[in-house]
Amino acid sequence: MRNNTSIESWARMLDQWRRGATEKYQAYFMVAPAMAMLLLVTAYPVCEAAWLSLHRFILVFHDWRFLGTQNYQFLLRDGRFWTALANTGYFTAAAVSLELALGLGFALALNESFRGRAAVRAAVLIPWAIPTVISAKAWAWFFDPAGPGGRLLWNPDASWLGTPGYAMKAAILVDVWKTTPFVALLLLAGLQAIPRDVYEAADVDGASRWRVFRSLTLPMLGPMIAVALLFRTLDAFRVFDAIYVLTEGGPANTTETVSIYAYKTLMRAGDFGYGSTLAIAIFLAAVGISLGYVKVLGRVLGAAR
Amino acid sequence: MKRVGIYFAAAAILGFCLAPLAWIFLHSLRSTDGSFSFANYASVFEQGAFARAILNSFLVAVGTTLCCIALGASAAFAVAKLEFVGRLAVLAVALVVSMFPPIATVSPLFLIIRGLGLRDTLGGLIFPYTVFALPLTLWVLSSFFREIPDELYSAARLDGCSPFQAFRKIFLPLAAPGLATTAILVFVFSWNEFLFALTFVSSPEKRTIPVAIALFATGQTEPWPEIFAASVVVTLPLVLVTLALQRKILSGLTAGSVTGF
Repeated sequence: MRNNTSIESWARMLDQWRRGATEKYQAYFMVAPAMAMLLLVTAYPVCEAAWLSLHRFILVFHDWRFLGTQNYQFLLRDGRFWTALANTGYFTAAAVSLELALGLGFALALNESFRGRAAVRAAVLIPWAIPTVISAKAWAWFFDPAGPGGRLLWNPDASWLGTPGYAMKAAILVDVWKTTPFVALLLLAGLQAIPRDVYEAADVDGASRWRVFRSLTLPMLGPMIAVALLFRTLDAFRVFDAIYVLTEGGPANTTETVSIYAYKTLMRAGDFGYGSTLAIAIFLAAVGISLGYVKVLGRVLGAAR
Repeated sequence: MKRVGIYFAAAAILGFCLAPLAWIFLHSLRSTDGSFSFANYASVFEQGAFARAILNSFLVAVGTTLCCIALGASAAFAVAKLEFVGRLAVLAVALVVSMFPPIATVSPLFLIIRGLGLRDTLGGLIFPYTVFALPLTLWVLSSFFREIPDELYSAARLDGCSPFQAFRKIFLPLAAPGLATTAILVFVFSWNEFLFALTFVSSPEKRTIPVAIALFATGQTEPWPEIFAASVVVTLPLVLVTLALQRKILSGLTAGSVTGF
Protein backbone atom coordinates (compact mmCIF):
# COMPACT_ATOMS: atom_id res chain seq x y z
CA MET A 1 0.00 0.00 0.00
CA ARG A 2 2.67 2.39 1.10
CA ASN A 3 4.84 1.22 -1.72
CA ASN A 4 2.06 1.87 -4.18
CA THR A 5 1.58 5.53 -3.24
CA SER A 6 5.25 6.23 -3.48
CA ILE A 7 5.27 4.82 -7.00
CA GLU A 8 2.29 6.98 -7.81
CA SER A 9 3.94 10.08 -6.44
CA TRP A 10 7.08 9.27 -8.37
CA ALA A 11 5.04 8.91 -11.51
CA ARG A 12 3.36 12.22 -10.80
CA MET A 13 6.67 13.94 -10.25
CA LEU A 14 8.08 12.45 -13.42
CA ASP A 15 5.05 13.58 -15.32
CA GLN A 16 5.32 17.08 -13.91
CA TRP A 17 8.98 17.22 -14.78
CA ARG A 18 8.26 16.05 -18.30
CA ARG A 19 5.56 18.65 -18.68
CA GLY A 20 7.87 21.35 -17.42
CA ALA A 21 10.50 20.15 -19.86
CA THR A 22 8.16 20.11 -22.88
CA GLU A 23 7.00 23.54 -21.86
CA LYS A 24 10.53 24.80 -21.80
CA TYR A 25 11.62 23.09 -25.04
CA GLN A 26 8.55 24.20 -26.90
CA ALA A 27 9.01 27.71 -25.56
CA TYR A 28 12.53 27.82 -26.98
CA PHE A 29 11.26 26.32 -30.20
CA MET A 30 8.64 29.07 -30.49
CA VAL A 31 11.03 31.89 -29.67
CA ALA A 32 14.01 30.68 -31.69
CA PRO A 33 13.03 31.83 -35.22
CA ALA A 34 12.25 35.38 -34.12
CA MET A 35 15.41 35.62 -32.02
CA ALA A 36 17.54 34.21 -34.82
CA MET A 37 16.20 36.82 -37.22
CA LEU A 38 16.69 39.65 -34.73
CA LEU A 39 20.29 38.70 -34.08
CA LEU A 40 21.06 37.87 -37.70
CA VAL A 41 20.03 41.30 -38.92
CA THR A 42 21.30 43.42 -36.01
CA ALA A 43 24.03 41.86 -33.88
CA TYR A 44 25.76 40.21 -36.81
CA PRO A 45 25.76 43.34 -39.03
CA VAL A 46 27.18 45.45 -36.21
CA CYS A 47 30.06 43.00 -35.79
CA GLU A 48 30.52 42.93 -39.55
CA ALA A 49 30.42 46.74 -39.71
CA ALA A 50 33.04 46.88 -36.96
CA TRP A 51 35.23 44.57 -39.07
CA LEU A 52 34.65 46.59 -42.25
CA SER A 53 35.48 49.77 -40.36
CA LEU A 54 39.04 48.54 -39.93
CA HIS A 55 39.53 48.37 -43.70
CA ARG A 56 39.84 50.46 -46.75
CA PHE A 57 36.99 49.13 -48.86
CA ILE A 58 35.76 50.98 -51.92
CA LEU A 59 32.90 49.00 -53.43
CA VAL A 60 33.25 49.64 -57.16
CA PHE A 61 37.05 49.43 -57.29
CA HIS A 62 37.23 46.13 -55.36
CA ASP A 63 39.78 47.89 -53.23
CA TRP A 64 40.14 45.94 -49.97
CA ARG A 65 42.98 46.53 -47.54
CA PHE A 66 43.42 46.21 -43.78
CA LEU A 67 44.02 49.57 -42.13
CA GLY A 68 43.77 48.87 -38.42
CA THR A 69 42.53 51.91 -36.55
CA GLN A 70 43.40 54.43 -39.27
CA ASN A 71 39.73 55.08 -40.11
CA TYR A 72 39.06 55.89 -36.47
CA GLN A 73 42.04 58.22 -36.28
CA PHE A 74 40.67 59.97 -39.34
CA LEU A 75 37.21 60.12 -37.72
CA LEU A 76 38.61 62.03 -34.74
CA ARG A 77 40.07 64.66 -37.08
CA ASP A 78 37.12 64.66 -39.51
CA GLY A 79 35.54 68.09 -39.08
CA ARG A 80 32.61 67.12 -41.28
CA PHE A 81 31.70 64.31 -38.87
CA TRP A 82 31.82 66.56 -35.81
CA THR A 83 29.73 69.19 -37.57
CA ALA A 84 27.21 66.49 -38.50
CA LEU A 85 27.16 65.28 -34.91
CA ALA A 86 26.57 68.82 -33.64
CA ASN A 87 23.80 69.31 -36.25
CA THR A 88 22.17 66.05 -35.15
CA GLY A 89 22.42 67.06 -31.50
CA TYR A 90 20.85 70.44 -32.21
CA PHE A 91 18.08 68.87 -34.29
CA THR A 92 17.37 66.24 -31.62
CA ALA A 93 17.35 68.63 -28.67
CA ALA A 94 15.17 71.23 -30.39
CA ALA A 95 12.73 68.78 -31.99
CA VAL A 96 12.27 66.58 -28.93
CA SER A 97 11.75 69.43 -26.48
CA LEU A 98 9.23 71.12 -28.80
CA GLU A 99 7.41 67.83 -29.32
CA LEU A 100 7.26 67.15 -25.62
CA ALA A 101 5.94 70.62 -24.75
CA LEU A 102 3.37 70.63 -27.57
CA GLY A 103 2.47 66.97 -27.01
CA LEU A 104 1.83 67.59 -23.32
CA GLY A 105 -0.46 70.49 -24.23
CA PHE A 106 -2.34 68.33 -26.74
CA ALA A 107 -2.67 65.49 -24.24
CA LEU A 108 -4.01 67.77 -21.49
CA ALA A 109 -6.59 69.23 -23.90
CA LEU A 110 -7.64 65.80 -25.20
CA ASN A 111 -8.00 64.52 -21.65
CA GLU A 112 -10.81 67.02 -21.00
CA SER A 113 -14.29 66.03 -22.06
CA PHE A 114 -15.81 68.16 -24.80
CA ARG A 115 -18.07 67.64 -27.76
CA GLY A 116 -16.21 66.18 -30.73
CA ARG A 117 -13.31 64.87 -28.68
CA ALA A 118 -13.33 61.51 -30.48
CA ALA A 119 -12.97 63.27 -33.84
CA VAL A 120 -10.04 65.38 -32.66
CA ARG A 121 -8.36 62.34 -31.18
CA ALA A 122 -8.73 60.54 -34.51
CA ALA A 123 -7.32 63.52 -36.39
CA VAL A 124 -4.23 63.40 -34.22
CA LEU A 125 -3.35 60.02 -35.74
CA ILE A 126 -3.19 61.44 -39.26
CA PRO A 127 0.31 62.96 -39.20
CA TRP A 128 1.55 59.65 -37.77
CA ALA A 129 0.03 57.69 -40.65
CA ILE A 130 1.34 59.88 -43.47
CA PRO A 131 4.71 58.69 -44.78
CA THR A 132 7.50 61.03 -43.65
CA VAL A 133 8.70 61.40 -47.23
CA ILE A 134 5.29 62.68 -48.31
CA SER A 135 4.90 65.18 -45.50
CA ALA A 136 8.48 66.32 -46.01
CA LYS A 137 7.73 66.82 -49.74
CA ALA A 138 4.70 68.93 -48.85
CA TRP A 139 6.85 71.05 -46.55
CA ALA A 140 9.55 71.22 -49.22
CA TRP A 141 6.98 72.79 -51.53
CA PHE A 142 5.91 75.17 -48.77
CA PHE A 143 9.49 76.24 -48.19
CA ASP A 144 10.42 76.24 -51.88
CA PRO A 145 11.81 79.66 -52.88
CA ALA A 146 8.73 80.02 -55.13
CA GLY A 147 6.38 78.52 -52.51
CA PRO A 148 4.18 80.37 -50.00
CA GLY A 149 6.66 80.19 -47.12
CA GLY A 150 9.85 80.10 -49.12
CA ARG A 151 11.18 83.55 -48.31
CA LEU A 152 12.06 84.93 -44.93
CA LEU A 153 9.38 87.43 -43.94
CA TRP A 154 11.90 90.05 -42.93
CA ASN A 155 14.29 89.45 -45.82
CA PRO A 156 12.70 88.46 -49.14
CA ASP A 157 16.11 87.87 -50.72
CA ALA A 158 16.83 84.89 -48.46
CA SER A 159 15.00 81.57 -48.68
CA TRP A 160 14.38 79.25 -45.75
CA LEU A 161 15.98 76.20 -47.28
CA GLY A 162 18.85 78.08 -48.87
CA THR A 163 20.04 79.99 -45.81
CA PRO A 164 22.36 78.29 -43.35
CA GLY A 165 20.77 78.31 -39.90
CA TYR A 166 17.23 78.51 -41.24
CA ALA A 167 17.12 75.26 -43.22
CA MET A 168 17.58 73.27 -40.02
CA LYS A 169 14.68 75.12 -38.42
CA ALA A 170 12.50 74.04 -41.33
CA ALA A 171 13.62 70.42 -40.83
CA ILE A 172 12.77 70.65 -37.13
CA LEU A 173 9.31 71.93 -38.01
CA VAL A 174 8.75 68.94 -40.31
CA ASP A 175 9.70 66.54 -37.54
CA VAL A 176 7.60 68.35 -34.95
CA TRP A 177 4.54 68.17 -37.19
CA LYS A 178 5.04 64.49 -37.87
CA THR A 179 5.70 63.23 -34.33
CA THR A 180 4.03 65.57 -31.85
CA PRO A 181 0.83 63.50 -32.23
CA PHE A 182 2.67 60.32 -31.22
CA VAL A 183 4.00 62.02 -28.07
CA ALA A 184 0.52 63.41 -27.35
CA LEU A 185 -1.08 59.97 -27.63
CA LEU A 186 1.51 58.39 -25.33
CA LEU A 187 1.05 61.11 -22.73
CA LEU A 188 -2.73 60.91 -23.09
CA ALA A 189 -2.56 57.19 -22.27
CA GLY A 190 -0.48 58.14 -19.23
CA LEU A 191 -3.00 60.77 -18.13
CA GLN A 192 -5.86 58.32 -18.44
CA ALA A 193 -4.04 55.85 -16.22
CA ILE A 194 -4.03 58.31 -13.30
CA PRO A 195 -6.80 57.24 -10.90
CA ARG A 196 -9.70 59.69 -10.70
CA ASP A 197 -10.00 59.63 -6.89
CA VAL A 198 -6.57 61.27 -6.60
CA TYR A 199 -8.02 64.32 -8.32
CA GLU A 200 -11.17 64.18 -6.22
CA ALA A 201 -9.08 64.29 -3.05
CA ALA A 202 -7.21 67.32 -4.37
CA ASP A 203 -10.52 68.96 -5.23
CA VAL A 204 -11.76 68.46 -1.68
CA ASP A 205 -8.58 70.01 -0.39
CA GLY A 206 -9.24 73.02 -2.60
CA ALA A 207 -5.96 72.89 -4.53
CA SER A 208 -5.64 75.30 -7.47
CA ARG A 209 -5.49 73.89 -11.03
CA TRP A 210 -1.85 74.82 -11.43
CA ARG A 211 -1.00 73.23 -8.08
CA VAL A 212 -2.83 70.02 -9.06
CA PHE A 213 -0.89 69.94 -12.32
CA ARG A 214 2.45 70.68 -10.67
CA SER A 215 2.25 68.32 -7.70
CA LEU A 216 -0.11 65.60 -8.95
CA THR A 217 -0.35 65.26 -12.70
CA LEU A 218 3.26 65.93 -13.61
CA PRO A 219 4.87 63.52 -11.10
CA MET A 220 2.37 60.76 -11.94
CA LEU A 221 3.01 61.32 -15.62
CA GLY A 222 6.76 61.20 -15.03
CA PRO A 223 7.44 57.63 -16.15
CA MET A 224 5.43 58.14 -19.35
CA ILE A 225 7.28 61.37 -20.13
CA ALA A 226 10.52 59.49 -19.61
CA VAL A 227 9.45 56.74 -22.03
CA ALA A 228 8.37 59.29 -24.63
CA LEU A 229 11.67 61.17 -24.21
CA LEU A 230 13.78 58.06 -24.67
CA PHE A 231 11.92 56.85 -27.75
CA ARG A 232 11.81 60.26 -29.37
CA THR A 233 15.46 61.10 -28.66
CA LEU A 234 16.70 57.89 -30.26
CA ASP A 235 14.32 58.36 -33.16
CA ALA A 236 15.30 61.99 -33.75
CA PHE A 237 18.98 61.08 -33.49
CA ARG A 238 18.70 58.78 -36.52
CA VAL A 239 16.71 61.31 -38.58
CA PHE A 240 17.13 60.68 -42.29
CA ASP A 241 13.96 60.83 -44.40
CA ALA A 242 12.86 64.39 -43.66
CA ILE A 243 16.29 65.92 -44.19
CA TYR A 244 17.06 63.87 -47.28
CA VAL A 245 13.86 65.12 -48.91
CA LEU A 246 14.13 68.74 -47.73
CA THR A 247 17.77 69.61 -48.26
CA GLU A 248 19.91 66.45 -48.64
CA GLY A 249 22.10 68.03 -45.97
CA GLY A 250 22.56 71.44 -47.61
CA PRO A 251 23.07 74.39 -47.73
CA ALA A 252 26.80 74.04 -47.11
CA ASN A 253 26.23 70.88 -45.00
CA THR A 254 24.42 72.90 -42.33
CA THR A 255 21.60 70.35 -42.13
CA GLU A 256 23.80 67.29 -42.62
CA THR A 257 23.08 64.82 -39.80
CA VAL A 258 25.20 61.78 -38.99
CA SER A 259 22.81 59.43 -40.81
CA ILE A 260 22.91 61.59 -43.95
CA TYR A 261 26.71 61.81 -43.84
CA ALA A 262 27.05 58.04 -43.37
CA TYR A 263 24.58 57.41 -46.19
CA LYS A 264 26.47 59.68 -48.57
CA THR A 265 29.79 58.09 -47.67
CA LEU A 266 28.40 54.57 -48.16
CA MET A 267 26.12 54.89 -51.13
CA ARG A 268 27.31 57.98 -53.02
CA ALA A 269 31.06 57.61 -52.52
CA GLY A 270 30.86 53.82 -52.23
CA ASP A 271 33.34 53.99 -49.36
CA PHE A 272 32.26 51.02 -47.25
CA GLY A 273 35.29 51.15 -44.98
CA TYR A 274 35.00 54.68 -43.66
CA GLY A 275 31.21 54.56 -44.04
CA SER A 276 31.19 51.61 -41.65
CA THR A 277 33.39 53.58 -39.25
CA LEU A 278 30.73 56.30 -39.26
CA ALA A 279 28.02 53.68 -38.76
CA ILE A 280 29.82 52.27 -35.72
CA ALA A 281 30.26 55.77 -34.30
CA ILE A 282 26.50 56.37 -34.70
CA PHE A 283 25.75 53.02 -33.10
CA LEU A 284 27.97 53.84 -30.11
CA ALA A 285 26.34 57.26 -29.76
CA ALA A 286 22.89 55.62 -29.69
CA VAL A 287 24.09 53.15 -27.06
CA GLY A 288 25.49 56.05 -25.05
CA ILE A 289 22.19 57.93 -25.22
CA SER A 290 20.25 54.85 -24.08
CA LEU A 291 22.60 54.15 -21.18
CA GLY A 292 22.51 57.80 -20.14
CA TYR A 293 18.72 57.74 -20.13
CA VAL A 294 18.56 54.47 -18.21
CA LYS A 295 20.83 55.93 -15.57
CA VAL A 296 18.93 59.20 -15.23
CA LEU A 297 15.59 57.38 -15.42
CA GLY A 298 16.59 54.96 -12.71
CA ARG A 299 17.44 57.88 -10.44
CA VAL A 300 14.25 59.82 -11.26
CA LEU A 301 11.97 56.79 -10.86
CA GLY A 302 13.81 55.72 -7.72
CA ALA A 303 13.30 59.17 -6.21
CA ALA A 304 9.61 59.14 -7.18
CA ARG A 305 9.05 55.95 -5.20
CA MET B 1 -14.66 80.62 -20.00
CA LYS B 2 -12.97 77.30 -19.55
CA ARG B 3 -15.26 75.76 -22.21
CA VAL B 4 -14.22 78.38 -24.73
CA GLY B 5 -10.57 77.67 -23.98
CA ILE B 6 -11.02 73.95 -24.59
CA TYR B 7 -12.73 74.45 -27.94
CA PHE B 8 -10.06 76.91 -28.93
CA ALA B 9 -7.39 74.32 -28.07
CA ALA B 10 -9.28 71.61 -29.95
CA ALA B 11 -9.53 73.82 -33.03
CA ALA B 12 -5.81 74.56 -32.82
CA ILE B 13 -4.99 70.83 -32.63
CA LEU B 14 -7.27 70.07 -35.58
CA GLY B 15 -5.67 72.85 -37.60
CA PHE B 16 -2.17 71.64 -36.77
CA CYS B 17 -2.92 68.06 -37.83
CA LEU B 18 -5.11 68.68 -40.86
CA ALA B 19 -3.89 71.89 -42.49
CA PRO B 20 -0.95 70.32 -44.37
CA LEU B 21 -3.22 67.52 -45.55
CA ALA B 22 -5.78 70.03 -46.76
CA TRP B 23 -3.23 71.96 -48.75
CA ILE B 24 -1.77 68.80 -50.31
CA PHE B 25 -5.29 67.91 -51.46
CA LEU B 26 -6.09 71.39 -52.71
CA HIS B 27 -2.91 71.66 -54.71
CA SER B 28 -3.26 68.20 -56.17
CA LEU B 29 -6.34 69.51 -57.99
CA ARG B 30 -4.68 72.68 -59.22
CA SER B 31 -3.01 72.88 -62.59
CA THR B 32 -0.09 75.15 -63.34
CA ASP B 33 -2.47 77.62 -65.02
CA GLY B 34 -4.53 77.87 -61.80
CA SER B 35 -7.62 75.90 -62.90
CA PHE B 36 -8.96 72.99 -60.86
CA SER B 37 -9.34 69.49 -62.30
CA PHE B 38 -8.26 65.89 -61.91
CA ALA B 39 -5.74 66.28 -64.73
CA ASN B 40 -2.76 65.86 -62.39
CA TYR B 41 -4.06 62.48 -61.27
CA ALA B 42 -4.42 61.32 -64.85
CA SER B 43 -0.88 62.37 -65.72
CA VAL B 44 0.54 60.61 -62.65
CA PHE B 45 -0.97 57.32 -63.70
CA GLU B 46 -0.10 57.77 -67.36
CA GLN B 47 3.54 57.27 -66.49
CA GLY B 48 2.93 53.74 -65.18
CA ALA B 49 5.96 53.94 -62.90
CA PHE B 50 3.82 55.28 -60.12
CA ALA B 51 1.20 52.54 -60.34
CA ARG B 52 4.13 50.13 -60.25
CA ALA B 53 5.46 51.77 -57.06
CA ILE B 54 2.07 51.36 -55.40
CA LEU B 55 2.05 47.67 -56.30
CA ASN B 56 5.64 47.26 -55.02
CA SER B 57 4.88 48.98 -51.73
CA PHE B 58 1.77 46.86 -51.32
CA LEU B 59 3.66 43.61 -51.96
CA VAL B 60 6.47 44.57 -49.60
CA ALA B 61 4.08 45.67 -46.85
CA VAL B 62 1.93 42.54 -47.09
CA GLY B 63 5.00 40.29 -47.23
CA THR B 64 6.55 41.98 -44.20
CA THR B 65 3.30 41.78 -42.25
CA LEU B 66 2.94 38.06 -42.95
CA CYS B 67 6.57 37.33 -42.04
CA CYS B 68 6.32 39.36 -38.84
CA ILE B 69 3.21 37.55 -37.69
CA ALA B 70 4.55 34.14 -38.67
CA LEU B 71 7.76 34.72 -36.72
CA GLY B 72 6.41 36.89 -33.95
CA ALA B 73 3.10 35.35 -32.88
CA SER B 74 4.50 32.13 -31.39
CA ALA B 75 7.39 34.00 -29.78
CA ALA B 76 5.03 36.57 -28.26
CA PHE B 77 2.86 33.76 -26.90
CA ALA B 78 5.85 31.99 -25.36
CA VAL B 79 7.01 35.23 -23.75
CA ALA B 80 3.55 35.99 -22.38
CA LYS B 81 2.42 32.58 -21.15
CA LEU B 82 5.26 30.05 -20.89
CA GLU B 83 7.94 29.88 -18.26
CA PHE B 84 11.49 29.52 -19.46
CA VAL B 85 14.87 30.93 -18.69
CA GLY B 86 15.59 33.95 -20.86
CA ARG B 87 12.00 35.13 -21.18
CA LEU B 88 12.93 38.67 -20.23
CA ALA B 89 16.02 38.49 -22.41
CA VAL B 90 13.78 38.08 -25.46
CA LEU B 91 11.91 41.27 -24.65
CA ALA B 92 15.15 43.05 -23.82
CA VAL B 93 16.68 42.09 -27.19
CA ALA B 94 13.51 43.31 -28.91
CA LEU B 95 13.74 46.61 -27.05
CA VAL B 96 17.39 47.06 -27.96
CA VAL B 97 16.70 46.31 -31.62
CA SER B 98 13.88 48.84 -31.67
CA MET B 99 16.35 51.50 -30.57
CA PHE B 100 18.84 50.56 -33.26
CA PRO B 101 19.90 53.21 -35.77
CA PRO B 102 19.17 51.48 -39.12
CA ILE B 103 22.06 53.29 -40.83
CA ALA B 104 24.46 51.33 -38.58
CA THR B 105 23.42 48.12 -40.35
CA VAL B 106 23.26 49.43 -43.91
CA SER B 107 26.77 48.54 -45.08
CA PRO B 108 26.81 44.89 -43.93
CA LEU B 109 23.16 44.34 -44.86
CA PHE B 110 23.91 45.69 -48.31
CA LEU B 111 26.69 43.11 -48.68
CA ILE B 112 24.53 40.28 -47.25
CA ILE B 113 21.59 41.12 -49.51
CA ARG B 114 23.90 41.36 -52.51
CA GLY B 115 25.50 38.05 -51.54
CA LEU B 116 22.09 36.37 -51.34
CA GLY B 117 21.23 37.72 -54.78
CA LEU B 118 18.40 39.76 -53.27
CA ARG B 119 19.83 43.15 -54.23
CA ASP B 120 17.34 45.17 -56.22
CA THR B 121 14.48 42.80 -55.41
CA LEU B 122 11.43 43.31 -53.21
CA GLY B 123 12.48 40.29 -51.13
CA GLY B 124 15.63 42.20 -50.24
CA LEU B 125 13.36 44.76 -48.56
CA ILE B 126 10.99 42.33 -46.83
CA PHE B 127 13.96 40.70 -45.12
CA PRO B 128 15.29 43.74 -43.19
CA TYR B 129 11.79 45.21 -42.71
CA THR B 130 10.66 42.06 -40.96
CA VAL B 131 13.46 42.35 -38.47
CA PHE B 132 13.00 46.02 -37.76
CA ALA B 133 9.25 45.50 -37.27
CA LEU B 134 9.64 42.36 -35.14
CA PRO B 135 10.21 44.20 -31.84
CA LEU B 136 6.93 46.05 -32.30
CA THR B 137 5.22 42.75 -33.16
CA LEU B 138 6.58 41.06 -30.05
CA TRP B 139 5.66 43.87 -27.68
CA VAL B 140 2.17 44.46 -28.98
CA LEU B 141 1.24 40.79 -29.39
CA SER B 142 2.63 39.69 -26.04
CA SER B 143 0.60 42.41 -24.33
CA PHE B 144 -2.49 40.99 -26.04
CA PHE B 145 -1.66 37.41 -25.04
CA ARG B 146 -1.07 38.53 -21.47
CA GLU B 147 -4.64 39.79 -21.25
CA ILE B 148 -6.03 36.30 -21.93
CA PRO B 149 -6.49 34.53 -18.54
CA ASP B 150 -3.85 31.98 -17.47
CA GLU B 151 -6.61 29.52 -16.49
CA LEU B 152 -7.33 28.96 -20.16
CA TYR B 153 -3.78 27.79 -20.66
CA SER B 154 -3.82 25.42 -17.66
CA ALA B 155 -7.16 24.03 -18.79
CA ALA B 156 -5.82 23.39 -22.28
CA ARG B 157 -2.78 21.63 -20.85
CA LEU B 158 -4.96 19.44 -18.59
CA ASP B 159 -6.99 18.44 -21.63
CA GLY B 160 -3.79 17.15 -23.20
CA CYS B 161 -2.77 20.02 -25.46
CA SER B 162 0.96 20.59 -25.85
CA PRO B 163 2.03 24.22 -25.31
CA PHE B 164 2.24 24.70 -29.06
CA GLN B 165 -1.22 23.23 -29.61
CA ALA B 166 -2.60 25.50 -26.88
CA PHE B 167 -1.08 28.41 -28.78
CA ARG B 168 -2.33 27.39 -32.20
CA LYS B 169 -5.80 26.13 -31.33
CA ILE B 170 -6.84 28.37 -28.45
CA PHE B 171 -4.72 31.46 -28.01
CA LEU B 172 -4.11 32.42 -31.63
CA PRO B 173 -7.83 32.66 -32.49
CA LEU B 174 -8.51 34.55 -29.26
CA ALA B 175 -5.77 37.06 -30.02
CA ALA B 176 -7.27 37.93 -33.42
CA PRO B 177 -7.82 41.61 -32.48
CA GLY B 178 -4.18 41.79 -31.40
CA LEU B 179 -3.09 40.26 -34.70
CA ALA B 180 -5.12 42.85 -36.58
CA THR B 181 -3.58 45.69 -34.57
CA THR B 182 -0.08 44.35 -35.14
CA ALA B 183 -0.77 43.88 -38.84
CA ILE B 184 -1.82 47.52 -39.24
CA LEU B 185 1.21 48.86 -37.38
CA VAL B 186 3.65 46.70 -39.33
CA PHE B 187 1.92 47.52 -42.61
CA VAL B 188 2.19 51.27 -41.97
CA PHE B 189 5.86 50.89 -40.98
CA SER B 190 6.74 49.05 -44.21
CA TRP B 191 4.61 51.35 -46.36
CA ASN B 192 6.50 54.38 -45.03
CA GLU B 193 10.10 53.10 -44.74
CA PHE B 194 12.61 55.05 -46.82
CA LEU B 195 16.29 54.44 -45.98
CA PHE B 196 16.48 50.72 -46.84
CA ALA B 197 14.18 51.18 -49.83
CA LEU B 198 16.51 53.87 -51.15
CA THR B 199 19.66 51.83 -50.54
CA PHE B 200 18.82 48.25 -51.46
CA VAL B 201 16.81 48.91 -54.62
CA SER B 202 18.25 50.71 -57.61
CA SER B 203 16.09 50.15 -60.69
CA PRO B 204 13.16 52.58 -61.03
CA GLU B 205 10.61 49.80 -61.64
CA LYS B 206 11.40 48.24 -58.24
CA ARG B 207 10.94 51.46 -56.26
CA THR B 208 8.47 51.70 -53.41
CA ILE B 209 6.23 54.75 -52.94
CA PRO B 210 8.46 56.83 -50.63
CA VAL B 211 11.43 56.44 -52.99
CA ALA B 212 9.29 57.09 -56.06
CA ILE B 213 7.98 60.31 -54.50
CA ALA B 214 11.36 61.49 -53.18
CA LEU B 215 12.96 60.92 -56.59
CA PHE B 216 9.94 62.07 -58.59
CA ALA B 217 11.67 64.89 -60.41
CA THR B 218 13.35 63.81 -63.63
CA GLY B 219 14.49 67.26 -64.71
CA GLN B 220 15.67 70.31 -62.84
CA THR B 221 12.29 71.53 -61.59
CA GLU B 222 9.95 69.63 -59.30
CA PRO B 223 6.59 68.75 -60.94
CA TRP B 224 4.68 69.87 -57.84
CA PRO B 225 1.07 69.33 -58.99
CA GLU B 226 1.84 65.72 -59.92
CA ILE B 227 3.76 65.11 -56.69
CA PHE B 228 0.74 66.31 -54.77
CA ALA B 229 -1.65 64.14 -56.77
CA ALA B 230 0.60 61.14 -56.16
CA SER B 231 0.77 62.00 -52.45
CA VAL B 232 -3.00 62.10 -52.18
CA VAL B 233 -3.35 58.75 -53.94
CA VAL B 234 -1.09 56.96 -51.47
CA THR B 235 -2.09 58.94 -48.37
CA LEU B 236 -5.86 58.84 -48.65
CA PRO B 237 -6.29 55.05 -48.23
CA LEU B 238 -3.91 55.14 -45.28
CA VAL B 239 -5.76 58.00 -43.63
CA LEU B 240 -9.12 56.28 -44.14
CA VAL B 241 -7.86 52.98 -42.74
CA THR B 242 -6.31 54.82 -39.78
CA LEU B 243 -9.56 56.60 -39.02
CA ALA B 244 -11.61 53.42 -39.36
CA LEU B 245 -9.31 51.42 -37.09
CA GLN B 246 -8.18 54.20 -34.76
CA ARG B 247 -9.06 52.31 -31.59
CA LYS B 248 -6.92 49.33 -32.55
CA ILE B 249 -4.02 51.55 -33.60
CA LEU B 250 -4.17 53.57 -30.40
CA SER B 251 -4.17 50.48 -28.21
CA GLY B 252 -1.27 49.01 -30.21
CA LEU B 253 0.83 52.18 -30.18
CA THR B 254 0.50 52.60 -26.45
CA ALA B 255 0.71 48.88 -25.56
CA GLY B 256 4.15 48.75 -27.10
CA SER B 257 5.47 51.44 -24.80
CA VAL B 258 3.31 51.16 -21.68
CA THR B 259 4.14 47.51 -21.07
CA GLY B 260 7.78 48.42 -21.44
CA PHE B 261 7.83 49.83 -17.93
